[in-house]
Amino acid sequence: MTPFDYEYLRRLLKERSGLDLSADKQYLVESRLVPLARKSGLPGIPELVQKMKSGADALTAEVVEAMTTNETFFFRDKIPFDHMKETVIPALVQARAARRSLRIWCAASSTGQEPYSIAMCLKEFGSALAGWRTEIVATDLSQAVLEKSKAGIFSQFEVQRGLPIQMLVKYFTQTGELWQLNAEIRAMVQHRQLNLLQDFSHLGTFDVIFCRNVLIYFDQDTKANIFYRLSRMLEPDGVLALGAAESVVGITNTFKPYPERRGLYRPNTAPAARAGVTIMAPPALRAVASAR
Amino acid sequence: MRTCLVVDDSSVIRKVARRILEGLDFQIVEAEDGEKALEVCKRAMPEAVLLDWNMPVMDGYEFLGNLRRMPGGDAPKVVFCTTENDVAHIARALHAGANEYIMKPFDKDIVTAKFQEVGLI
Repeated sequence: MTPFDYEYLRRLLKERSGLDLSADKQYLVESRLVPLARKSGLPGIPELVQKMKSGADALTAEVVEAMTTNETFFFRDKIPFDHMKETVIPALVQARAARRSLRIWCAASSTGQEPYSIAMCLKEFGSALAGWRTEIVATDLSQAVLEKSKAGIFSQFEVQRGLPIQMLVKYFTQTGELWQLNAEIRAMVQHRQLNLLQDFSHLGTFDVIFCRNVLIYFDQDTKANIFYRLSRMLEPDGVLALGAAESVVGITNTFKPYPERRGLYRPNTAPAARAGVTIMAPPALRAVASAR
Repeated sequence: MRTCLVVDDSSVIRKVARRILEGLDFQIVEAEDGEKALEVCKRAMPEAVLLDWNMPVMDGYEFLGNLRRMPGGDAPKVVFCTTENDVAHIARALHAGANEYIMKPFDKDIVTAKFQEVGLI
């Protein structure tokens, strides 16, 4: 791969998916794209880039998908789900008693382990949520991972990473070495393809947003812009859950930490924050946000 | 340092489990069947047991029943680790007092996740 090929791929991936590749990530690009090039009948990355430049849109979409990281597992990090069970959902059950509905968005939902963990978590509330309309919207950039998620079929390895055994027995059906989530849990999750770099206001407002382990791949300005737009999608008493290695500190003031609940944030209702004062949001991204 | 008793008739599996669990800061005691495992527990009750199902002399299921009837035998967290990978076996194990269940083959991530799940890490 020539430096020009790498620069072309870097720029394209930044534009299409927000992926912020540093100059030393050639090995990552090679490990993910050489197999794709060969699968497409091409000898290597230079030929792949050439074909993309000639307008092969489907191939370009495959390149973007191949470069996304889909590492996920059930109840990842455990703590956010404990917070959901012990604090967030009980508080929302009280606050939404009149309307009896909950909307949860799982942004960058990958192969489904996270939205289905949320679904099982809600199901465990039993009668407290009986008769409620609970909606979990799972979005991801990659159509391939969404298809896997929709099927709700997981390998023996996947169901053993984070999923308590009691939940496996309760919510899954075994077919040989594979395990499928029961239809009732699958039906709680709606799947939609979505690029977080683009406008997502059409999804409506949510009570909880899980946006975990995806913003780490974006640069600071992109993070600030996404945080701003997420804040406009959350109810004033809603909750944002971030990944264990993520924070809003130093990036945006549109969210503030949820007291004593690490990894959770609430919209900052102070006037300056609601007006969209973000730290380091570039004009182009601010334009996307203010166009809403 | 907490102790984990690894019960498996395969020395290879015991070796793999030992390596993983020592990496998680457990002191390891080994037994090759349920009867020997009970003797270990009579001498000193471990905090955790990683338990195979099919073993000669006394299998894991029988060991678990005996363990839970011993004085202090309700304390150890017991994680089955077995090739018996069907719902019926899992349900039996849970009913007999197992805390978690690992279906072989396993890796470090799975052992870590399961030990976290039962509060051992």
